[in-house]
Amino acid sequence: MTGTALGAAPVWIWPFWAFEGRGHLRFILRRLAFYVVAAWAAITVNFFIPRLMPGNAVQVLLGKYPSLPPDAARTLSIEFGLGHQGSLLHQYWAYLGNILQGNLGISVGEYPAKVTTVLSQTVPWTLALVGTATVLSFVLGTGLGMLAAWRRGGRLDQALPGFTFLQATPYFFIALLSIEIFSVNLHWFPYGGGYSLGLVPSWNWTFISSAIVHSILPATTIVLTSFAGWMLQMRNVMITTIGEDYVLAAQAKGLSSRRIIFTYAARNAMLPNIAGFALAIGFVVAGALVMEIVFSYPGVGLTLYNAVTNDDFPLLQGIFLTISFAVLLASLLADVVYVLADPRTRTQEAY
Amino acid sequence: MSVAVPTAALDPRIGVKSMRLRSIWRNLPLKAKVGALILGIYVFLAIFGPTLAPFDSNATNPNASGATGPSIHHLFGTTNDGGDVFSQVLVGIRSTVLLGLLTATFATILSVVVGVTAGYLAGAADEILMLVANVFLVLPALPLLIVLLGYLPRSGELPTAVVLSVLGWAWGARVIRAQTLALRRRDYVMAARETGERAWRIIVFEIIPNEVSLIAASFIGTALYAILTSVALAFVGIANISNIDSLGVIFYWAQSQGAVESGWWWWYVAPGVTVALLGMSLVLLNFGLDELGNPRLRDTAGKRSVHGRRHVRPTEPTPVAREQVLA
Repeated sequence: MTGTALGAAPVWIWPFWAFEGRGHLRFILRRLAFYVVAAWAAITVNFFIPRLMPGNAVQVLLGKYPSLPPDAARTLSIEFGLGHQGSLLHQYWAYLGNILQGNLGISVGEYPAKVTTVLSQTVPWTLALVGTATVLSFVLGTGLGMLAAWRRGGRLDQALPGFTFLQATPYFFIALLSIEIFSVNLHWFPYGGGYSLGLVPSWNWTFISSAIVHSILPATTIVLTSFAGWMLQMRNVMITTIGEDYVLAAQAKGLSSRRIIFTYAARNAMLPNIAGFALAIGFVVAGALVMEIVFSYPGVGLTLYNAVTNDDFPLLQGIFLTISFAVLLASLLADVVYVLADPRTRTQEAY
Repeated sequence: MSVAVPTAALDPRIGVKSMRLRSIWRNLPLKAKVGALILGIYVFLAIFGPTLAPFDSNATNPNASGATGPSIHHLFGTTNDGGDVFSQVLVGIRSTVLLGLLTATFATILSVVVGVTAGYLAGAADEILMLVANVFLVLPALPLLIVLLGYLPRSGELPTAVVLSVLGWAWGARVIRAQTLALRRRDYVMAARETGERAWRIIVFEIIPNEVSLIAASFIGTALYAILTSVALAFVGIANISNIDSLGVIFYWAQSQGAVESGWWWWYVAPGVTVALLGMSLVLLNFGLDELGNPRLRDTAGKRSVHGRRHVRPTEPTPVAREQVLA
């Protein structure tokens, strides 16, 4: 599910494992086992995709790139499991070995560059843009959700249905609109790209400032289209939490509102959001990839787009694998934060 | 209404259906009503849109000199080769709504089967099924879709719907499983089991009817996911783009013909607002269902000045009395 799913994310997303913890060790082991299986699944899906496809992918590529040397064609057919290189199991084993050595094959669109080389040039851009924007949107959305719940029926809370419009809108539509308004008409921000033409990527101020200016519009668009999901969920859970007896008790003791909001209500209400972060990160990243395409931002999304238009299958697979692992890693981080934030996962007694 | 109908039809307490339907409609939160109305308009347009379209959606005008803005003849303006954007939108709604509906149906069936099975059987089967569901949740769907559909020849609605539902069932399955797990410990389910009811009878007649609102919510969420994802896929060019027959394809051509640089905003604003309104109707419906299930979320704006006192503390009991009396 895309931002969508995040948007439709209902209140009762509560990680089932949170209720089953018998000691944090068991919790961590379970999650680790899950990540091993998920990583294996991603790798295996990647292995089977070209093998299940109708037709001969290598022939398609050779037809499209007549200048590919025979050497490359042979490498490709080995990679895609065409021709005779032993049993499927044998191929799978060789493929796993390649992956473990970090060998993702050769890009046909940018022959003879290795897929890993292409990725190493694009991943930092995406990491900087999407990573920053995602964290910003999470913090902003959670904070606003807190406020909306506390001032129930207040101005912010009443504006919430308006935010659903953002949530239900295709990400790239907002991106197109913001380009039209802020770059084409107002000339406030440059239109597309990651840095000004003619600059060579390096660590000097001219380049970095150019990169920052180019990233403002895409980042703002990502934040704008994704914060409402966090906000809605935080608000809904927080409203339920505020109704709990212990919050009433805190008020009866005469604690300050700020103390009640942050250390009593929000801390508990935030747990589903953190757990949701682990699950929703995939959707956010997917939306951000499309965003990169609209802004011609030189990251993984744009490379993915170019790989699709060029039928560059090895690069496509490499990108899918990279994104999967990035999502798994982010999800793992969110899990660690969850263990830190919720003592129940760390106690010896079952909850 | 499309949501209220199954709820009512499956509720065993309902005797006189039409009267009950009306009272259900009256008790629906306002958000759900607005959502249902907008959705109704879209369903109407999905059926009759192509007939109502004033022009052929694929027709072009060889004499056209660039795109023109909205006018009496072309309500939403024209494309750069003289195509009528209004007709394209009217025609495109069908495919987009159909795709959402198909995907939501497939995915919901899958998530009910997996979710109920996992929740009812519990134990090892539950662990395995939920492990699979979580893996599907974590795998990034859009890149995988792009890779998968990039290999497949440019395809129609059905293959896309199948791929989308294979990747989109996991969320619903988890939610339904949690509810099933809670329901199977209830007394009436225990009693049914004690009296020797068969497992399938308990599941179909005792458990699933109590999950209808959850299933409906998951259906709506999946439809929204399918619509937004398919529009994004077509925008990227992973769809049959030669025929302008879905909202996403309009975006594709607007973007590739440089509508943004040229200031032809109507070309992408028209399909954009169309998708956004459709999406909003689904989000509103889901909001309404949420409020129906969780009284605490209900709008208390009117309650802010109870007995002339403003700023009611958030911790005061939620006003649910009215609904309880009616029920």
